[in-house]
Amino acid sequence: MANPLIAFAVSSGESSGGLLDVNPGLIVWTGITFLLLLYMLFKMAWKPILNSLNEREQSIKDSLEKADKAREEAQKIFEENKSDLAKAEAEARKIIAQGREYSEKIKEQMLTESKQQAQKMIDEAKAEIDRKNQEALNKLKEQVVSLAVNASEKIIRESLDKEKHGKIVEKYLEDLSKN
Amino acid sequence: MISDSTKAIADSLHTAQSTGSEDTGWILHHILDSKYILGLFPSPEIHLFGIDLTITNHVVFMWIAAAILIVLLNKVSRSYKKSLVPKGITNVVEILIVFVRDEIARPTIGKGHEKFLPYLLTTFFFILTCNFLGLVPGSATATSNISVTASLAILSFLVTQAGGIMHNGFGGYFRGLIPHGVPAWLLPIMAVVELLGLFTKPFALAVRLFANMTAGHIVIYALIGLIFILKTYFVAPVSIAFALFIYLLEILVALIQAYIFTMLSSLFIGMAVHQEH
Repeated sequence: MANPLIAFAVSSGESSGGLLDVNPGLIVWTGITFLLLLYMLFKMAWKPILNSLNEREQSIKDSLEKADKAREEAQKIFEENKSDLAKAEAEARKIIAQGREYSEKIKEQMLTESKQQAQKMIDEAKAEIDRKNQEALNKLKEQVVSLAVNASEKIIRESLDKEKHGKIVEKYLEDLSKN
Repeated sequence: MISDSTKAIADSLHTAQSTGSEDTGWILHHILDSKYILGLFPSPEIHLFGIDLTITNHVVFMWIAAAILIVLLNKVSRSYKKSLVPKGITNVVEILIVFVRDEIARPTIGKGHEKFLPYLLTTFFFILTCNFLGLVPGSATATSNISVTASLAILSFLVTQAGGIMHNGFGGYFRGLIPHGVPAWLLPIMAVVELLGLFTKPFALAVRLFANMTAGHIVIYALIGLIFILKTYFVAPVSIAFALFIYLLEILVALIQAYIFTMLSSLFIGMAVHQEH
């Protein structure tokens, strides 16, 4: 058979033959080269490189997980803080309300107390004033009486002269005798 | 038959002679392996156990690729010791490593993919580097040689079988090759089919990588060759534009083929390890 490919190859005149000629020596050399390369690269490159890649991937994964966990924790703390704050606020509001109520009560109490006290003081003062008034009045009475007595005494003493009184007495006596 | 073949050669020789530079042998000369390192100096002949172990141009380029990988990945590996945060070239390499791990090994193999990761990473980076080296002007593409791709496919086959046997046990692995629920009378046929299937997988791997890496180069050479065959300057812009386009396509193909080879190897390993699927 006139295979054109073989003719083509033969006409090239190469000592190594045609395109599809298999050279056993080259197969051997390729095998040796490849296996040596495989061994050297395995020792030198693939092992450390693949280990490093795995290590890096692991560290990235760990970091992501850690970050996730930290975020979750922060969220939890934030929520806790929020609820604590709300609780504290409620507490404060309660305390303020209580204080206000208490102060109101105290105010009222003090007010009534002071009112009572004032009333009492006013009453006392009134009684005192009454008493003093009475006292003054009594003194005045006494003085007036004594003054009146003194004055009448003086008047009496002044106006009692002999002739006048004699006439009065005479007249009196006359009246008596008439009756 | 023989006369047909000789006639064809004679014809091609005749046309080559008559039209001067229209011989297409130079394309193959650039694609095929040679015993001239970089096309400059001859390599010493080594013959051992009846095998021609002469270090050819493609072997040298595989070694260059291996050296580049060792230097580069050593640098990357050391950069991780300094800090787990990647920077510079480490970023680029890390993207590829993580891609192989998370997009290729993990989905296809699943549990226990870590054991096969060094092999898959080495395969991916080695093929990728060889493919890219082939795009450097004046270089040779080791992965466009059927022997090299066959060798890589054989290694993939061996890793697949070893993985399957280690995970399922020797008997369990070969029993598991035949799907459940097959009628007893079909078993002999299925056994043959499945056994053939084992070998077609690496064969397809080898041919796919080889053909993809060879085809692009041949197309580029053919497009450039048009200028000399048509002997006119007017075709040059078109030729070069198309060649450039194919060249850019080759960059994509270099990546895709490295990915596909690794992806399929990983898939086969996954199928061998977890046979129940």
